[in-house]
Amino acid sequence: MQQQQQGSGLFDEMNGVDGVVRPVYESLAQWFSQTPAELLGNRRDEAEAFFRRIGITFAVYGDAQGTERLIPFDIVPRMLSGKEWGTLSHGLEQRVKALNTFIGDVYGQREIVRAGIVPEDLILQNAEFQPIMMQVKPAAGVYVHIAGIDIVRVDADNFYVLEDNARTPSGVSYMLENREAMLRLFPELFALMRIRPVDDYPDKLLTTMRSVAPRSASGEPTVVLLTPGQYNSAYYEHSFLADKMGIELVEGRDLFVRDSVVYMRTTEGPQRIDVIYRRLDDSFLDPLTFRPDSTLGVPGLMSAYKAGNVTITNAVGTGVADDKALYSYMPDIIRFYTGEEPILKNVPTHRCREPDALKYVLDNLKDLVVKEVNGSGGYGMLIGPHSTKAQCAEFAKKIEANPDGFIAQPTLSLSTVPCFVESGLAPRHVDLRPFVLSGADKVRIVPGGLTRVALKEGSLVVNSSQGGGTKDTWVTE
Amino acid sequence: MLSRTAESLFWLSRYVERAENLARVLDVASRLSTLPSAYAGTSNEWEGAIATAVCEEDFYKAYGSATRENVVEFIVASDANPSSIRNCIEIARTNARSVRTALTSEMWEVINDAWLKMQRLKLRDIRGNELGRFLQLIKDISLQFDGAAYRTMLRTDGYYFQRVGMLLERADNTARLLDVKYHVLLPDEEHVGGGLDYFQWSSLLRSVSALTSFHWVYRETVKPWLVADFLILRPEQPRSLISLYGNMNNFLDKLAETYGRQGKSQRLVRHTYSDLQNMKMDSLFQGGLHEFVTDFLDSNNQLGAAIAEQYLA
Repeated sequence: MQQQQQGSGLFDEMNGVDGVVRPVYESLAQWFSQTPAELLGNRRDEAEAFFRRIGITFAVYGDAQGTERLIPFDIVPRMLSGKEWGTLSHGLEQRVKALNTFIGDVYGQREIVRAGIVPEDLILQNAEFQPIMMQVKPAAGVYVHIAGIDIVRVDADNFYVLEDNARTPSGVSYMLENREAMLRLFPELFALMRIRPVDDYPDKLLTTMRSVAPRSASGEPTVVLLTPGQYNSAYYEHSFLADKMGIELVEGRDLFVRDSVVYMRTTEGPQRIDVIYRRLDDSFLDPLTFRPDSTLGVPGLMSAYKAGNVTITNAVGTGVADDKALYSYMPDIIRFYTGEEPILKNVPTHRCREPDALKYVLDNLKDLVVKEVNGSGGYGMLIGPHSTKAQCAEFAKKIEANPDGFIAQPTLSLSTVPCFVESGLAPRHVDLRPFVLSGADKVRIVPGGLTRVALKEGSLVVNSSQGGGTKDTWVTE
Repeated sequence: MLSRTAESLFWLSRYVERAENLARVLDVASRLSTLPSAYAGTSNEWEGAIATAVCEEDFYKAYGSATRENVVEFIVASDANPSSIRNCIEIARTNARSVRTALTSEMWEVINDAWLKMQRLKLRDIRGNELGRFLQLIKDISLQFDGAAYRTMLRTDGYYFQRVGMLLERADNTARLLDVKYHVLLPDEEHVGGGLDYFQWSSLLRSVSALTSFHWVYRETVKPWLVADFLILRPEQPRSLISLYGNMNNFLDKLAETYGRQGKSQRLVRHTYSDLQNMKMDSLFQGGLHEFVTDFLDSNNQLGAAIAEQYLA
């Protein structure tokens, strides 16, 4: 099997900058070089058949035809050494602990504002700030029980956090199913290398959620997963996780609230609920508190939440930390709450709300990536180097009209990992989303996470809604 | 178990069963339509198919006449027919998808596979030469689904709801079939042995896959009152009303046991079941087959409503 484009000057996680295979990839590279392309092609087809049969699909909004699509899966795993992962996981734990303390502070004393580190208007004017949370004290002070931290790599030593997903990060089912597929397709590779397992994620998740059950719960707290329903883009993941944890997958109409206690309707009558793993945005949770037109939520849920009779994971109002403008303060936030230097780097960020930064951004659009502070899923962003003059000019107008709504970052030269494409193995850009679980007792992280790939040659956008794919992530011993 | 989960399992099974029954209706009609009219009778077997599939009103709103093309299109995939085979599969999958966690992966894969196949089917081919293959596909799906459920589901409440849904739908279909064809089942000595009726009766048996087993049980040629006896009162015949109700009685009892409470649905099923057990074919014919079937369909619907009220709300 031949490889293309050796030593392109960019950092490839297999071939480095100079085309010399890095140690962690040695066995893998050797195996691929000895394996005929035809066999790989067959295995890839098998993988696709496997995913289609189990129905692991995602829905694309606004797409009338293929309302359910497969996410393309690449069969070449992405490798991380035990040492690399050690650093990453320490950094993740530190960051998520700081995030949790920060959100508690935001809805509490706001010491970080008084210390002059984060401007108060960034919090109060944030669309995701939920005043009702000033009256709620979540169990054990945990807000972000499940965090998806997006990480990119630029060279052998440097990882950057691209964004923190503190609301309802998705993608973990792909991490688990990718591994399942790889175990079926390439058992010989697993025999060759000792890869740390990830399949205990659902157990860890359930343990985490049980640990934060309200005090009024029974010894065996009842946990449910609340989904918006089968037309949601991540419905597959919802049913997958509920299944693996052995908990009920409920919709809003299955739940009701009486005397500030949440119940589900069962064939045997009402049953009390203690912990809700919701995969529903804040604004849909309770029509009595938030959007009155929401039919997906549970009327009165927030009253039960305020009364401390139910734990909602992630807590309501964690979206303040998702904000991309707040992101730029993360290094200071980590220093403030932990007293430590941040282990994971932040991408240098220009806040367009600051006049000097705005000027710089408008003058250098061609070299920058500009993002909406509340955007997600790769929508509403400008990648300067890949845009035409006209597109830049268009976007400049949007920024000038609402500078507070945008941040800009330099374009990083993202690392690549070889992918199996029509012409053989070719480098494609990747990112990494590890999933960090915070319970009342401790933080749990399964090794690796979801590696997303920009399958189009040269593309930097890894989002599944925009043509991205995934691959398995292997952490060696 | 969530009420909604029970509801979806119940309806999932009903719709798979309904799809199979519709396929059988088309199968029989297309078989009869190949016979010379001296054997098949002068009546239009495609009209019969529409009558059995209980969609006459919708059909004649959409089409002028019951030709093969029209009827096949309507029952298989027409948008004007909410109970088309395609819609049954679609609704079955929607239900399956909303309760994936309550299904075994084997059951899910049968349904999902069926749905994917339906996406790829071309109506033009089905109206043409592919009809037979298509009907076989639908029957296979139902068999596979039933087998997957039987072999892989835990014997808990979910399984009981799945079974009850299937049995209730099957009872409804068997009774409707008898209703549409009741006129050919009336005991009339003069007709016995006539070529015309033989094919009508045997097609009725064939439509519930019971022609061979009929001969095994009666060791006689097909006679109308025996056909009625076979499909209503014979416990050996798995599609007979009495064996469907025997099974439903059993599963509803298991539900009552699981939840520690008897209710209206248990009372209703026991009532109908004991009526069937005490019934003789003679008295059934005296009271009128048509009247019997009408009453039966009515109480079957009431049972469905009682199950919904008791468990699925």
